[in-house]
Amino acid sequence: MSSEARKSPLDQQHNAAEAKFTEFGGWVLPLRFGSELAEHHAVRQAAGLFDLSHMAQLEVAGPGAAQALDYALMGSHSTMPDGRASYSMILAPDGGVIDDLIVYRLAEDRFFIIANAGNRETVVAELTARLEGFDAALADVTEARALIAVQGPRALDIVLAAGLPAAADLGYYRAVESTFKGQPIVLARTGYTGENGFEISIPAAAAADLWSSLLAAGEPLGLVRAGLAARDTLRLEAAMPLYGHELDRDTTPAEGGQGAFMRAKAADYVGRAALQDRKQTKHLVGLVGAGRRAARAGYPVLIDGQVRGRVTSGALSPSLGRPIALAFIDGATPAVGTPVEVDVRGQLAAYEVTGLPFLKRDSR
Amino acid sequence: MTIPADLFFTADHEWVSDPGGPTARVGVTEFAAVALGDVVFLSLPAVGDAVAAGAECGEIESTKSVSPLYAPVSGEVTAVNEAVLNAPELVNQDPFGVGWLFEVSPTAQGDLLDAAAYAPLTAQSD
Repeated sequence: MSSEARKSPLDQQHNAAEAKFTEFGGWVLPLRFGSELAEHHAVRQAAGLFDLSHMAQLEVAGPGAAQALDYALMGSHSTMPDGRASYSMILAPDGGVIDDLIVYRLAEDRFFIIANAGNRETVVAELTARLEGFDAALADVTEARALIAVQGPRALDIVLAAGLPAAADLGYYRAVESTFKGQPIVLARTGYTGENGFEISIPAAAAADLWSSLLAAGEPLGLVRAGLAARDTLRLEAAMPLYGHELDRDTTPAEGGQGAFMRAKAADYVGRAALQDRKQTKHLVGLVGAGRRAARAGYPVLIDGQVRGRVTSGALSPSLGRPIALAFIDGATPAVGTPVEVDVRGQLAAYEVTGLPFLKRDSR
Repeated sequence: MTIPADLFFTADHEWVSDPGGPTARVGVTEFAAVALGDVVFLSLPAVGDAVAAGAECGEIESTKSVSPLYAPVSGEVTAVNEAVLNAPELVNQDPFGVGWLFEVSPTAQGDLLDAAAYAPLTAQSD
């Protein structure tokens, strides 16, 4: 692990819990605490506790904040009601994706943004440049705060028991400013697991207290600490994109499976003109395998014996017991049910195109 | 971390029992099992296959990675652990016991380490 890798404000807690660590986006983070499969199942059946303090936490404030974000990002931020969250992207002028992010409108003139750790510097630089000329300012508060997620069917019971009563009336993709033991928090009902759950931004110095309070309240309800390994299989089952896999500079939002964001919007935004002219050259599809051999990122996908694309993410789905994968297919989109093969290290494995998400939940 | 004194080891974290006897049993060490994470799929040689010491003879997949398996000894495969093929988690649960992988009738040994020589290879990289 490189010496300059950043550590979470909860690093001591993770060491005490004997976490296995990995480096991700320039941070040292828990990969898993015990069995990552057990952590995955706990999130589906009860709840998991995640430290997401690596993720970039940004504030954009000022009378012109909404208009500035309308220009800087995809999505209509000026028409978002206060307390609403929305999935968004920051595009390059050519329509490629610089990052995907969640935008929370905390007040008329204040937005809170969570971006990917690995893209933090780029997003901060781009946003700062794009805010010029608007009456709005950006603050990068990542290092001053921690981000903790509770995800799973018991998440609401757990955050209530831990002393976060504001969770009681919080709808899906809503956020509210509140306090935990007097400390200012942003409590959001968002997540990256396909389960009901909450993400909580809190000052770094208070993170350990919140972490242990959630554990104490949650462990009797089945809450377990969960690491990045489980987070990845959970998000894959929910077919949520991971930047660097399904999204990157060479991929448009529609190609990355996020076509809903292509809807027309009155305001101009960076990348819009290019998207209108840019032809979609690949499609993101879901694949499910017959055996147990996982197709992994980069493996070629063949249709009728011809290489037609490549896998972007793949794993043996812990919930389904079958290998699942997301893949880019060039040219025409194959229909659901189309048989394909994946070149798994020289051996062809049988897969077929399937609908997304892989795992459908009705817990929202 | 357990390192049974009666086994021999490769630098790639396989173990082998009785490499000079008529039947040598092969598996991966507890260190490997912990480092890999949950094992979800195994690709093993079949009974009758010839394996060569130091050469790749299978694959071990965890949720996040694929690692080659190297044969600690040369010879013909005489048995494959069907239980572990059906339940790869046995590798995590009992790597030196019911999580064994296959057996070989050895004709030659690779570069094997005894427990004392292997132990430093498991020192604090976890």
